[in-house]
Amino acid sequence: MSRLNAANVTLANEIISHYPKKKSALIPLLHLAQEQDGYVADDAMEHIAELVEVTPAEVLGTCSFYEMFKRHPVGTYMINVCTNISCQLLGGEELLHHAEQTLGIRPGGTTDDGMFTLEDVECIAACTEAPCLQVNYRHEYRLSTDDFDRLVADLRSGKRSDIPAHGTLGTVRQHIPADRRAGIKHPDDEGTPAWFASRQPAES
Amino acid sequence: MSSHTNDGHTNDYVPHAPGYVDNEGPKVVTSRFTYEDSFTLERSLATGGYDGLKAALAKSPAEVAQEVKDAVVLGRGGAGFPAGVKWGFMPQIWPRYLVVNGDESEPGTYKDRLLMERDPHQLIEGCMIACYALGLNQCFLYVRGEMPLAHERIATALNEAYAAGYVGKNVMDTDVSIDIVLHWGAGAYIVGEETALIESLEGNRGQPRLKPPYFPAAKGLYYQPTIVNNVETLANLPWLMVNGAEAYKTMGSEASPGTRMLAVSGHVKRPGVYEVEQGVVTFRELFYDDNYCGGIRDDNDLKMFIPGGGSAPWFFEDQLDIPMEGRTVGAAGSMLGSGALVVMDETTDAVKAALRVVRFFARESCGKCTPCREGTSWEEKVLQRILDGHGRPEDIDLLLEIGTNISPGTYPVASFGDAGLDAVPFPPKQTTICPLGPSSVAPITSAIRRFRDEFEAKIDASADGGVAAVDAESEPVVAAAGGH
Ligand SMILES: Cc1cc2nc3c(=O)[nH]c(=O)nc-3n(C[C@H](O)[C@H](O)[C@H](O)COP(=O)(O)O)c2cc1C
Ligand code: SF4
Ligand code: FES
Repeated sequence: MSRLNAANVTLANEIISHYPKKKSALIPLLHLAQEQDGYVADDAMEHIAELVEVTPAEVLGTCSFYEMFKRHPVGTYMINVCTNISCQLLGGEELLHHAEQTLGIRPGGTTDDGMFTLEDVECIAACTEAPCLQVNYRHEYRLSTDDFDRLVADLRSGKRSDIPAHGTLGTVRQHIPADRRAGIKHPDDEGTPAWFASRQPAES
Repeated sequence: MSSHTNDGHTNDYVPHAPGYVDNEGPKVVTSRFTYEDSFTLERSLATGGYDGLKAALAKSPAEVAQEVKDAVVLGRGGAGFPAGVKWGFMPQIWPRYLVVNGDESEPGTYKDRLLMERDPHQLIEGCMIACYALGLNQCFLYVRGEMPLAHERIATALNEAYAAGYVGKNVMDTDVSIDIVLHWGAGAYIVGEETALIESLEGNRGQPRLKPPYFPAAKGLYYQPTIVNNVETLANLPWLMVNGAEAYKTMGSEASPGTRMLAVSGHVKRPGVYEVEQGVVTFRELFYDDNYCGGIRDDNDLKMFIPGGGSAPWFFEDQLDIPMEGRTVGAAGSMLGSGALVVMDETTDAVKAALRVVRFFARESCGKCTPCREGTSWEEKVLQRILDGHGRPEDIDLLLEIGTNISPGTYPVASFGDAGLDAVPFPPKQTTICPLGPSSVAPITSAIRRFRDEFEAKIDASADGGVAAVDAESEPVVAAAGGH
């Protein structure tokens, strides 16, 4: 239940500066909030509304459309098992069933210790590597049920430090140094790039 | 020919690029995949990286655009529309934008993620070439949210490219200045549709806009002229700039030059992602040749296959000898779509497979228009009850009728020689705002036309004649409400 902290406000303003219009930064900022708290808190949405100058209802409207935004705490590790067609053909549903049995939860549920949330998801662009899943959106390929058990054991025992806690997506961000920018302006202030006019051949 | 083609192919998986097979044949977009460090600026520069941008900057923007038009670079995102022609639709209005579609989420599709993870500099270079040709200075690279590794690789590559002067102010010490911004999504298949992508990039719910009037080339991002291109489409441009349109056209067929990345999944011996010349290789060669998938698993018989992602009508044994070319496949009743081939052998339950694809569309419908929102969930419900042994005799007709409310007329299907049925060519008609709703009809009409007996057998075996599944207040409203 928190607003963005000071470091994240700085980051948020940098992200906003990458767009011609502030509202375009909404989804990246919701991810930032989720990275901070593990889910998108109501206060964070209000804070984002202030930062991009829209109403909190607009932020909620956008937030609620997208599957990745969780409005309540979830497990440290989200395990998303693909059951779409390519995976189904090679045992995706059986893998999901095994995950349910092993973790003792249904898709959408979280284990009592708060370690795992299980989801039954659509195609995750790894169809040739079926059956597959993601842990906090990091792919694991061609899993047998034994592989799944090993994965869960490794996650429990802290052996998978390569996978950050839920909410963190890419661990590298784009930074555009002020002196390297071509210049991102509001559409009303933007015209034809000078270089374009000068490089077009004279009227033929 | 290429400045960075590897000699000799291993014809095997490349472990650091999961699923990618280094098959024989020319490599345009995957030429660096065999290098473990293919995503670094160092490897890119050592293998001709940014030579294409340099070549482009030595020409006028109009000349670059002409080269792309001459090469007939077909869009790799789904519709297969020539990029050069689309670029020509932009009115002389500024500001204008390039939006790169890296939302890859069509069932069966796996190629853009590989391109973003394995060779981000090639994509960035392609974006720069397109921006230059289009005379614009702002590009947004929209990457699917569930791909953090792609975010990291692209963010790192952009930071390197800005620092090294390949992106940003005064590109390669010229007067040209262009910004590329990495943007990422948050989980919604529909956002891959170009107008929904634009809505999402504006910070809104990702729901499609009506075309017309909102054709992106005329009214796109912030209602300014915008080109939306797929990741793979743009990844072709560096090679094209270095080698030229003539060289590009020596690969593939006349109508579909160049190569395509194809993901073959399901019941083949060697599922994988292959870069293949367009329009010359047939489905049979792709599935059975040792250079590609090496046959159906356990040497089983092929039952059916999806030639272009979950949205594509199914093909069967009869269509195996068709070359993988957009027009030919379209005339035969389906589409090459996003280069996603899903192979199903004789052990596959046609009803179950159709249900799984339909369920995807039901889950992913954005809810903006009624025939899709209501229709897809009814399709799912009816298929589910047939599969569960509660099917009713009228359910097959009901499924077809719901389909007609979403896509009027005869839906595209493959020919069926044994039954004397002809192909109905692609694309389908629609009562909806976007093609997602109509796509849900593809698996249903494909499966019913071919395997009606399987549906009937399940319904005949229903113990209760469907009574248990019928809930008085949940009668399908759409069948009555649609059609006007
Ligand atoms: C429901 C739907 C989903 C789509 N998803 C994608 C996608 O994930 N990636 C993509 O490049 N194109 C997708 N498309 C196609 C885009 O609308 C658009 O045609 C394409 O990005 C244009 O790029 P191209 O001309 O380079 O192929 C989708 C279309 C529809 C109707
Ligand atoms: S067809 Fe479906 S996904 Fe497309 S706009 Fe209508 S409701 Fe949304
Ligand atoms: S169907 Fe499972 S990853 Fe594509």
